[in-house]
Amino acid sequence: MDFISILSIFVLACFVGYYVVWSVTPALHTPLMSVTNAISSVIVVGALIASAAAGSVTSKWLGLVAVALASVNIFGGFAVTQRMLAMYKKKERPAPQGDKTHA
Amino acid sequence: MHEAAVQQPAWVLLAYLIAGVCFILALRGLSSPESSRRGNRLGMIGMTIAVGTTLITHVPKHPFYSQPFEAEPGLPNWIYRGMQIDWPTIYGIAAAIVIGGGIGLVTARKIQMTAMPQLVAAFHSLVGMAAVLVGAAAYLNPEAFGIGVRITPIATPSFVSIFPQSRIEMGLGVAIGAITFSGSVIAFLKLNGNMSGKPILLPLRHVINLGTLAAILILIAYFTQDEAPAIFFTIMGLSFAIGFLLIIPIGGADMPVVISMLNSYSGWAAAAMGFTLHNSAMIITGALVGSSGAILSYIMCRAMNRGFISVIAGGFGAVSSSGDSAAIDRPWKRGSAEDAAFLMAQADQVIIVPGYGMAVSQAQHALREMADLLKSKGVRVKYAIHPVAGRMPGHMNVLLAEANVPYDEVFELEDINSEFAQTDVAFVIGANDVTNPAAKTDKSSPIYGMPVLDVEKARTVLFVKRSMGGVGYAGVDNELFYRDNTMMLLSDAKKMVEEIVKNLG
Repeated sequence: MDFISILSIFVLACFVGYYVVWSVTPALHTPLMSVTNAISSVIVVGALIASAAAGSVTSKWLGLVAVALASVNIFGGFAVTQRMLAMYKKKERPAPQGDKTHA
Repeated sequence: MHEAAVQQPAWVLLAYLIAGVCFILALRGLSSPESSRRGNRLGMIGMTIAVGTTLITHVPKHPFYSQPFEAEPGLPNWIYRGMQIDWPTIYGIAAAIVIGGGIGLVTARKIQMTAMPQLVAAFHSLVGMAAVLVGAAAYLNPEAFGIGVRITPIATPSFVSIFPQSRIEMGLGVAIGAITFSGSVIAFLKLNGNMSGKPILLPLRHVINLGTLAAILILIAYFTQDEAPAIFFTIMGLSFAIGFLLIIPIGGADMPVVISMLNSYSGWAAAAMGFTLHNSAMIITGALVGSSGAILSYIMCRAMNRGFISVIAGGFGAVSSSGDSAAIDRPWKRGSAEDAAFLMAQADQVIIVPGYGMAVSQAQHALREMADLLKSKGVRVKYAIHPVAGRMPGHMNVLLAEANVPYDEVFELEDINSEFAQTDVAFVIGANDVTNPAAKTDKSSPIYGMPVLDVEKARTVLFVKRSMGGVGYAGVDNELFYRDNTMMLLSDAKKMVEEIVKNLG
């Protein structure tokens, strides 16, 4: 890919990001931060390339450490987002009275 | 641009593009709680695609057997292929993923919801560090990333020259990554209470900070001319230092802005690395995260009526020598849990206004119990949330969700502010400055112009506070305490709510 196509992707993605993020409901701003955290760890792609490449031992080790750090973020970020999102519940409709099981 | 850049097969480019689209949809899902869970799953799918594609296209090769060699006659093809793979490296990568992933999963499961701001700051620092490490790895082994050409002079040993354009991208990526890392570490220490939330003001800090930033930019420009390690590592070192210097003067209350800003930086770092690696998934993600953090910073600044620059310059909340502090002797009314329970049980509508104090004393569960009791007595209960309540965007919403408060009872400032006038009781718990009517009237107040919740319009205001005299983060006294319709409930937030629950029961 040449520089101009990459730049085009970048600029368009900035606009997409702008409109998508404005449509996020303020109640979900904390999950937004944790999920953006998780996806920005896509940097793991670079770390994997570095650790798989032959040629420089130092570079390989740096890559492996980066893979570990990014993995903390990927697994931790998605898991904590999932945990938070599972808590957002709607009002229980005043359905069948009486047999509500309370925790 | 440069022909030597590794040409990736079409399916690889397509796979990264699909991963990028998954990430867009993951954020798109957050427009409502119902679609959010599906969005999060799409995010995971996108990440799996990106990682899987990279693993398939970058299988580590054995240093010896991957060269053409005389295979033994009759050796099955799959053995030959297996010999070409560098297994120890594969085990290393697997171990790194398992260790990192394990730590991440355990942390995500165990973390308390009140500690979410710290956790997010810690995660930001990891993204920053990963970007720095990837940048350093790319610098040390540019051929692996396809960003350099091997030059073989006649007399001296051959070396790899990195493309000037890649040097800029790499320099920027490493610098932003390093700033994200050290800044997030400081933010983490402040949020976690290991470091005082008070701003630390160095003399001449603006000169030092601007000078360091300029030096980093000049060095990145010079890096295109001279790729000596000294330059690369100086850029890195200075960037670590500036991240640290930028965050220490910012007070605890401005943390919602800081944490959003660092969120944005971690995105730009990923985007810069994406430019270096010509990877569309990284670029799309970087742009998304970068704009997300920027928008959140903007929302937070607007909610405090402060300019971004003034927040970044720091120092807010350092001086509490406002002229109003003498006004502590003014008369105010003290109430008991019994009075509060009585008033709320009689009300038609109660609006609860939570703030950081609720998070500190973990009062959200008791609060929900109180709301349930009130509802069983026929009282309408709503929650009003100011955008900067808490230490990060959406902090209060998560805590209330954790306590099983249905999200359709929770309202944002602009949606509920007009309702206070028809409300019998406004129950302020752990919030302070966001309810100060002085922000609307007193031009000399530091918080003048900040959008506030109109709690004083309610018939009665119940204000839960640890003690009189303590001021909010802005260092100003709250007008509201001395109003005729305000009753102060002085106690720890959780204890007070539990007392009220007892009296309601």
